[in-house]
Amino acid sequence: MDAESMSSIAAAAAIAIGAIGPALAIGMIGGKGLEAIGRNPEAAGKIQGPMILAIAFAEAISIYALVIALIIKFV
Amino acid sequence: MEISLAAEKIAHIGSFPITNAMLTSWIGGVILITFAIVATRRMKLIPSGIQNVFEFAIEALYNTANGVLDDEKATKKYFPLVATLFLFIIFNNWLGLVPGVGTIGVHELVHGKEIIVPLFRSGNADLNMTLALAITTVLSIQIFGIAAIGVFKYGKKFLNFSNPINFVVGILELIGEISRIISFSFRLFGNVFAGEVLLTVIAFIVPFIAPLPFYGLELFVGFIQALVFTMLTLVFIKSAITDHEVHEEATAH
Repeated sequence: MDAESMSSIAAAAAIAIGAIGPALAIGMIGGKGLEAIGRNPEAAGKIQGPMILAIAFAEAISIYALVIALIIKFV
Repeated sequence: MEISLAAEKIAHIGSFPITNAMLTSWIGGVILITFAIVATRRMKLIPSGIQNVFEFAIEALYNTANGVLDDEKATKKYFPLVATLFLFIIFNNWLGLVPGVGTIGVHELVHGKEIIVPLFRSGNADLNMTLALAITTVLSIQIFGIAAIGVFKYGKKFLNFSNPINFVVGILELIGEISRIISFSFRLFGNVFAGEVLLTVIAFIVPFIAPLPFYGLELFVGFIQALVFTMLTLVFIKSAITDHEVHEEATAH
């Protein structure tokens, strides 16, 4: 296995594995948020705000993995 | 198909290099300033036209900021920074989607291969820009905190000598504060740059019709990233200007 193909595999693995955690996290956050809205539809506006914030935090981790994959591929 | 992680230099002023992302963000800034001047010239009490559009945007931002900060005086003080961040980031993100950005370029010889160096590139697709925004924001949050509750009370959050556990917690808070710079800059850079790469790859594979949903996605992502940056700044400002001792006394009862 030469360095070129190893780096391609490394880039693919970085983003593939790095996206598992955030995907699960965002699914759970969304699920809990929707559950909360279902129990109390009037508070939908108040729940949406922190929910979007929490989703952005979780998504940021997958973006770190993506940046590492891009660095491996293009630098 | 050439994708470059770093923004390409297209000109030099003396020995200072100008990158294509810098150029695009200057154009975005000029457009924003022009809109602002045109909207506030001959202001009427009952707005119409472009003043109406601006009042809608500013009012929406003001209500959001008020909702998070929960304090009219604080909102008035911190609104300029927060609103500027939002408008600047969203304009830069959306400017990167205009046709011509990333495609209009000059032929250059790099490492023996002839490639096209684009003249324009989304402003936030350059890590330098997002790093600058992140450092400015985190520094401003520290200054706001010190200005609001005083140097000693603010320092007590990080250097707490009452108790070994509190000391370690304080050091961790300090490290967390610094890691916010990295998280802010990489979140914005990663989202915008990955969007650019995505659009390039899709346009390379299927040039017609197929890129349309991805442009929709990029519009949405551009808006969300500006919103997230702004909301996080608001939340951190709120936590920085709150006197935590008073909060603890309130919850002790």
